[in-house]
Parts: sequence; structure tokens; C-alpha cells
Amino acid sequence: MSAIAAPIASRRERVTQLRVILSEWTKLRSVRSTSWSLFAATVLTIGFPILASAVISAHWGHRSPGERAHFNPIDPALVGSQIAQLAIGVLGVLVMSAEYSTGMIRASFTAVPKRLPVLWGKALVFSAVTFVLMLPAVLIAFFASQSILSRHHANLSFSDPHVARAVIGAALYLTVIALFSLGIGSIIRNTAGGIAAFAAILFVIPPLMNVLPSSWNSAASRYLPSNAGRAILQVTRDSSSLSPWVGFAVFCGYAAAALAVAAILLVRRDT
Amino acid sequence: MIEARDLTKDYGDKRAVDGLTFDVRPGIVTGFLGPNGSGKSTTMRLILGLDRPTKGHVTVNGKPYRDHAAPLHEVGALLEARSVHTGRSARNHLLALAQTHGISRKRVDELIDHVGLHDVSRKRAGKFSLGMGQRLGIATALLGDPHTVMLDEPVNGLDPEGIQWIRTLLKGLASEGRTVFVSSHLMSEMALTADHLIVIGRGRLIADASVTDFLAGASKPLVHVRSPQGEELREALQGPDVTVAVVEPGLFEVTGLTAAQVGEAAAAHGITLHELSPHQASLEEAFMDLTRGELEFAAS
Repeated sequence: MSAIAAPIASRRERVTQLRVILSEWTKLRSVRSTSWSLFAATVLTIGFPILASAVISAHWGHRSPGERAHFNPIDPALVGSQIAQLAIGVLGVLVMSAEYSTGMIRASFTAVPKRLPVLWGKALVFSAVTFVLMLPAVLIAFFASQSILSRHHANLSFSDPHVARAVIGAALYLTVIALFSLGIGSIIRNTAGGIAAFAAILFVIPPLMNVLPSSWNSAASRYLPSNAGRAILQVTRDSSSLSPWVGFAVFCGYAAAALAVAAILLVRRDT
Repeated sequence: MIEARDLTKDYGDKRAVDGLTFDVRPGIVTGFLGPNGSGKSTTMRLILGLDRPTKGHVTVNGKPYRDHAAPLHEVGALLEARSVHTGRSARNHLLALAQTHGISRKRVDELIDHVGLHDVSRKRAGKFSLGMGQRLGIATALLGDPHTVMLDEPVNGLDPEGIQWIRTLLKGLASEGRTVFVSSHLMSEMALTADHLIVIGRGRLIADASVTDFLAGASKPLVHVRSPQGEELREALQGPDVTVAVVEPGLFEVTGLTAAQVGEAAAAHGITLHELSPHQASLEEAFMDLTRGELEFAAS
């Protein structure tokens, strides 16, 4: 251990968005919560559809003709992504809130005092990782579940109308969930509070809408983040929901709003 | 070079930093002293732009910290509160910060060896002892080979060998012409490392002086004289600004004269002396004198 700081070998380079993205990639891949959450999300996305299709297939003989007619094979195929969104959302909150709870944020903002590149870097890295993992996961989930259902000729083909959009849409939905939860984590800065807020917005508020008069409920419900976002997962159009791409655009709007508020607060607040 | 001008920070009703104006110059170790809670850490956060000042401003190497294109090359900082993700290894922590400035992996590995964390560099930082955490913090501060090094209570939690290492490191960094700004609540520690002192209490500047001037200015030098001829001695030493106080029969405390002057006066008058000893106020005493008022005010 020498007494004097080792002289620097490299040239003095400036902070760039690209470098911050690389740094955020190192940060994301080097903590355990990332691998656990993404592993859980992948397993849930693939496992639940297989399980659901196997159960449906086993009970197919007991189903009434009416039930068979109402059965939509896309539902079991994408059921996993509905559960995986919790794992993605929790990780999204943690990506930011853990920096605050551990004090890492001070080191991060000392290295990048303009701060916003850190938020954009996290958003890009986390959403890219989510999409890259979830796209194959939903494709595997779709083909595995449909091959199980094909025994009863109750399956869909990927080339059927709207099917490709719905399956790829599930991966897009989870990617936007990643951005939305990152925004919430950055606004709330506290892990427990961030996860609670995320869960409340996605899972608690929608059923609460039922207390509203039904005319208000049906008008407002479709614009809630979760309902708007899930429109893209539908193969047959449900009259109470927005059209797939409009719904998805509304959902993207929520995520963009969360990130915009996060960005404003990030620059203004003390650390 | 750090330049603070009328730097003020309020948290709610509480004024944590109150109109601080000071310069921290390169080439020397500047100690930043004050009792716990006096605003040292807040001042350092203001310097790094982590908190925004309520009033006033501070620049580092001529610019607000935020405006530097490569801030880790300007200032390396160790903040008192841990600033490390507990689940990440020391190596990945340093690597992630290095990547923001395009600093090489080689530099990261060199620093890990340099601070003595080689064997634990792949362990989670949350498992580190306080001393290992401080070493990781020092490595973080040195990552960009910065012009200015700012350390908040760096010897906290270090073993004697580590403390010795920090002292040598600080002096070495200053001798290379860097600006070194180190906070401590321990005067004794600063006495061993600092060349210049900035002392604050309750967020206000109390003193900004070299260690030598600080000692001289904080309290007058004292000379203790033991003599059986007290009355003769008192007359022999008479003069403007000279006081002779009786500590106990036969022992006198003289201020305003050096020990040499007292000895010469005694010899000239044929006075017998049994003891003649200069008493320099210790840095610790000087610090206590200066901050006592601030502490009492804080306690009331």
C-alpha cells in the first residue's frame, strides 16, 4: 500500500449519456435483486400459461358447449404476464429507491451532478433488459400453451388476426410497466412506499372504481393505467375497453408522466 | 480550490449553515473543524451540489460543481454517511462510477490494491467493516485522480495503521499540489495533519487561520514561574500587557512575556527561580475555548 495516490493512467474524459448508460448497466447487473426479480418474472410469464393450459386441457371434457364457445385461448397464454408485472414493478421501484436507502445516490450524483442522465440511463437499460427478456418469454408462453390446447383444437395460431400484436403487446406492456414503476420509485424514493404506490395504482384502484355510478365507471375505468395498458393484450375487442393501440398510447402517457414528474423532482430536490 | 461565499442552508426552520465565506487553497491540508452537528457535512454536500444552498454560492476550481464536464476529475469526495449500495461488490461499485467518466478497469483494480481491499473486492459492500467501508470511500474519492480531495471524517472507524495511512495520504496529496479539505470533530487529529484550519460552530465561521496563527491567536502564551521571591519577581516583570497571577503560593502564571524574557529579567534582578516553563495552549484547548460559547448556546 503506497502512500500517494496512484497516478492516473487514462486521459481525462467527460461524462456522456452513453457512459452513464454503461454505468447503469453495471449497476443493474451487479445486484442480486435484479437477477431474482427478472428470474421470477420470466418463470411466471412462462410457467403460469403452461400450468393454466394444462388444467384447462385436463378439464376440457367437463366443459359445457357454452363455456367452450366463450373460451379464448389467448387468456391462458398471457396470464403469466399479468403476474410477472408485479415482479417487474417491484424491481423498477427498487432500481431507484435502493439508491436512496443505501446512500448510493450521493455517489451517483457526485459522479453525474446533472442527475438527469442517471434517470434516463436507468430507464433505457431497465426497459431494454425487460423487453429483451420478456419478448422470448411471452413467445414461449404462447407457443407452449397453444400446443397444449391444440389437443382439443382450442388453440390459436400466431398468424391468426391480432394474435401477434397481443403476444408482442404483452412484452411491450411489461416494458412500459418497467418505466412506470421506475418513475414511481424515483418520485417516492422509498422502497416500501414506492411498491405500495405501484400496487395501489395497478391492483387496488381498478376494483374501487366499482363504487362509482356505473355510467361513470365504464367511462373512466378504461382510462386507468392498467386497463388502458391491457387493451393491447386483447384479441377480441371488448366494448368496455379502449382500442389496443389507443389504450397502449394512454398507458405510455402515464409512464411518460411519471418519468417527467420524476425528472423535475430529481433536479430540484436535495439528496 | 474551493471558494464559498455567504453559503447558507436552511432545513425547514433550522439554519444548518449560516453565511459561510472561506477559501480552501491547493497545496496544503485544510482541516474543517467543528463539533458534531455544526454543519460540516451539510457544507460538503453544498460544495458537491447534492443540496442546494438557500443563499450564497460555492465553486470548485472556478465553477459550480454541477457545471464541470468531468466532475470526478475535479473533486473526489468521501462523505460521512455511507454512499455505497450494500448489495454490490466493491469492485462493481467502483467500476460503475468509473464508467461514467470512461475511467479504465485497470485504474479500478489499481485503486482496489492501493487501498488494501484486494482480498475483499468481490464481496458485497454491505458485509464490510467500518474501516473497510472507509477504505472503499477513499478509493471512490481517488478514482478520478482529482485536483481537489474532500473527505468527511476519514479516520472514523479506522485502526491505528489505517489512521497513519490516511495522514500520510493526505500530506502526500497536498504535496502534489492538490487541494485537500478534511473535516473532523477531533482537534487532536487535525493537529497532526492540517496546515490550515476552518473552524465552524452552529453553521457559522469561527476561525479561518493557519494552525500556527490559530494557536497563537486563540490564547496568549503562558509562562509558569516558581520562585521564593514572589514580590521582587512581580516588580521585575512589570510592564504594559504583562500580568502576573498567583496560582498557588510560590507559583506564578505570567502572560505577555516569553519564558526567555522572564528568565532574563529574573537574572538581571538576582531573583532565584525554581521553575520556568512555557505553556503553549494545546490545539484542543484552543478549539474548546473557541467553540465553548457555541456549544453552550446550542445546549440552551
